[in-house]
Amino acid sequence: MATQPAATRDILEHFGPHCAYAVNGSGAGPEADRLVKTHCCFCGQQCGIQLKVNGNRVIGFEPWEEFPFNRGMLCPKGVKRYLQGAHPDRLLYAYQRDPAASGGFRPLPYTEAIKQVAAAIQRIQTQYGNDAFAVLSGASLTNEKAYLMGKFARMCLKTAHIDYNGRLCMVSAAAANKLAFGIDRAANPWSDLISAEVVWISGANIGECAPITTHYIWQARENGARIIVVDPRITPIARTGDLFLPIKPGRDAALFNGILHLMIEHDWLDHDFIEKHTIGFAQVAEYVREWTPRRTAEITGIAERLIRQAAEWWGTARTSFLLHARGIEHHTHGVQNVLGAINMVLASGRLGRPSCGYATITGQGNGQGGREHGQKCDQLPGGRDITKPEHRAHVAAVWGVEPNELPGPGVDAYEIFRKIDRGEVRGLLSICFNPKVSLPDNAFVGRMLDKLEFYVAIDFFLSETARHAEIVLPGSLHEEDEGTVTQVEGRVIKINKCVDPPGEARQDWRIVQDIAAALGRKRGFTFASPREIFEELRRASAGGTADYAGITYERIEREFGVFWPCPSEDHPGTPRLFEDGSWNPVARGQGRFYFPDGKARFHVAAYAPPAEDVDSEYPIILTTGRVVSQFLSGTQTRRIGPLIDQYAEPRVEMHPRLADRLGIADGEWATIASRRGSCTLRAQVVTTIRPDTVFVPYHWPGARSINQVTIAAQDPISKIPEFKVCAVRVFKAESAPDDEPEE
Amino acid sequence: MPVPDQYGFFIDPTRCIGCRACVQACAECDTHKGTPMIHLEYLDRASSTQTMPMVCMHCDSPTCAEVCPADAIKRSEDGVVRSALKARCLGCNNCVLACPFGVPKMDSDFDLMMKCDMCYDRTSIGKKPLCASVCPSGALFFGTPTEIEQQRPRSAPVNRFQFGAQTITTKVSMMAPRNGRLPRIEVTECLYDPATDALDRMTASLFESEGM
Repeated sequence: MATQPAATRDILEHFGPHCAYAVNGSGAGPEADRLVKTHCCFCGQQCGIQLKVNGNRVIGFEPWEEFPFNRGMLCPKGVKRYLQGAHPDRLLYAYQRDPAASGGFRPLPYTEAIKQVAAAIQRIQTQYGNDAFAVLSGASLTNEKAYLMGKFARMCLKTAHIDYNGRLCMVSAAAANKLAFGIDRAANPWSDLISAEVVWISGANIGECAPITTHYIWQARENGARIIVVDPRITPIARTGDLFLPIKPGRDAALFNGILHLMIEHDWLDHDFIEKHTIGFAQVAEYVREWTPRRTAEITGIAERLIRQAAEWWGTARTSFLLHARGIEHHTHGVQNVLGAINMVLASGRLGRPSCGYATITGQGNGQGGREHGQKCDQLPGGRDITKPEHRAHVAAVWGVEPNELPGPGVDAYEIFRKIDRGEVRGLLSICFNPKVSLPDNAFVGRMLDKLEFYVAIDFFLSETARHAEIVLPGSLHEEDEGTVTQVEGRVIKINKCVDPPGEARQDWRIVQDIAAALGRKRGFTFASPREIFEELRRASAGGTADYAGITYERIEREFGVFWPCPSEDHPGTPRLFEDGSWNPVARGQGRFYFPDGKARFHVAAYAPPAEDVDSEYPIILTTGRVVSQFLSGTQTRRIGPLIDQYAEPRVEMHPRLADRLGIADGEWATIASRRGSCTLRAQVVTTIRPDTVFVPYHWPGARSINQVTIAAQDPISKIPEFKVCAVRVFKAESAPDDEPEE
Repeated sequence: MPVPDQYGFFIDPTRCIGCRACVQACAECDTHKGTPMIHLEYLDRASSTQTMPMVCMHCDSPTCAEVCPADAIKRSEDGVVRSALKARCLGCNNCVLACPFGVPKMDSDFDLMMKCDMCYDRTSIGKKPLCASVCPSGALFFGTPTEIEQQRPRSAPVNRFQFGAQTITTKVSMMAPRNGRLPRIEVTECLYDPATDALDRMTASLFESEGM
């Protein structure tokens, strides 16, 4: 039913993306009448920024040099983020799909839209059961909104099926961290980076995806650190690293096992730490015996001497910090890859001390907080488990319901689309998620959106996904609401409101509460402010691993953020986890890790090749990622003119050795084809990539979307899709792709 | 108010990640909104991700001013070389051609030579230039020589440059590595060799199936 209601060209004309620019020229623009201290709306670094506001309009920025994490530094996205406000594409009204209307949607009064949404939810749930209505949420939402979405799904809609776009982000790291440490958070604040002797960076294009972290890495290097970078490409951070290991995509666990093999062979181990604070080492040691340097080199495609050198530097360091990101996580063996990295850290004993650290670099704006408070399909607030009776009881008591009224675990975001295919999910509410761009094999996603009986999207722009909706509700931009987010280090920070939502748009939490009220289920959804939601979140998270009980808005502002766990208002917060003598609610004094015995777990990081390996028909590896000027599915950043000008179109990066064989010159059109689909883009011929691999950034929709080509294979534990490796053919395209916009 | 004496501007290209935060921030200035005055370019993207940010070096004896027939380019007492004075600039392009660092640009919209003036509107009231404030890698740094010495032990500031017979000293310094050249990485030299043979085999079979 829900195919796009009008021709794409018509939708584009009405709803964009159009590119916003500042008014150019000399002479002062309007004066700011206030500066609001807040944070960037984009990645998980959550840099402090001051937004210049004139009336109800954000007109620019000033660096916020006092905020300790970034001290005024910003990337180009942060510099230009203010251009998303007062944007011509901003949704000012609720819309209803109407093929007769220009642009395919006609405005309708907000209250009427809410009534229709409630009626559709009721109809679908009455006819097919509660679980036939699913919710897709997002990790750019504040903690308050993420908490409310989970509560709304479980308590108001009583559906098991809520999941979020963090499923495409850091869930492999989350799952592995819980398996190894019993807790899912960066183990250290970034300040521990600058004094580490060795910094190991696996699968993290820091310069482009976490630009502010660059300064910490370079400061570590100034202090004498050796920087080891593992990546299929010479990224900006790899270029001046001390050791570069150009790994073949999908082989990370093999490398980590090979390093551990050499650590054991040379006795570069902290036996005391392993003995006192861990279990499971013997089994892992047995497994890595077969991972000789030779075999590791064969599998990973990295020169053996570099593997030995990396192992020696890592093995003999006195202090170290290991960082990884989506490069090792976006795999069908993403959890195994992360476990392999953790094994290297645990065997070194370098954790829980100053300058000894480990972390995944969270990607999304609230990548950390968004995965703690109950919008994941198997989770309740405070990092609690929806299958554990005592966890259910705690949250049910806070919500004032019986534990048995709470649904059980639902399915992951991609599986929700498969459930649509099977007719098990008939209705969908989405917020802060653009799966038509961001999910792999996205032609399937488009077909599934078309199959829904009812789809309502809450968004501030008409995203490519929202174009398939029956009703679109105008939500709020980051600067139009307040709340908290938890950034990459585990520091809970405060987002401050600069302006009011324009037109009939309103804060997302109000919209969700309006739907609850229209359904006649107001109880539990009568919050008057984000602060009230946060107060309940504090109680709901109390006693959990992600304990926010002692965090208040006032403390956050006073202390430039508070690190969870923070169980009481007189608790200082926990910048560094796993310190000697530290207490946690699971170990209760038995040890520093979050298990009843207080010990960390080694797990065998079993290597297996990617779900789709290359063969003679599809002989080249495709890997995907980001560019510095765009963010995720581009709903916001593809509307900001100067960011589009910086990197206007996705290009396919390939090594000249490969390009020569394919007869493709720099700037020529090349088609990348897989078993799912194909995509024709201009080639960028560079020696900074493995010759057997091509790279394409994924921020674009339609004909330029590389997610037409990627594979929907998922990790069996974390359910993360394998964005980082699939098999393709690449060939010279006869001509430019069709001019007609298909997105 | 002059730019405080104790502050210097330092460029360290080894730190640059090419993110263009500096370019985007420069274009926010009210005096040239939308037109960045800082340059940032790939040296040779085909072979490296190395990028190079370039602000005006603010020469002690600015060549741009020396060749200006209209005496439109002024160096203030604090050593900042300013954009051409609008009332005097002829738009002759002498400065653009003469600058040994390639910094000034002729802006036809403004009909004026324009260049980086070290954010005079900010630095003269005690703020940092916007590019150096936002730079997330520290490739652009505005601070005291003591700070740079303490924070950057691996490199030393250089502000004396030789262009043929011309020696130029500048207010802005370039950070040069203390221990000589940085190693250059080649992907193909870091591979396990048979992996590249595998590429040959794979692509050979592709061409057979393509009939090429």
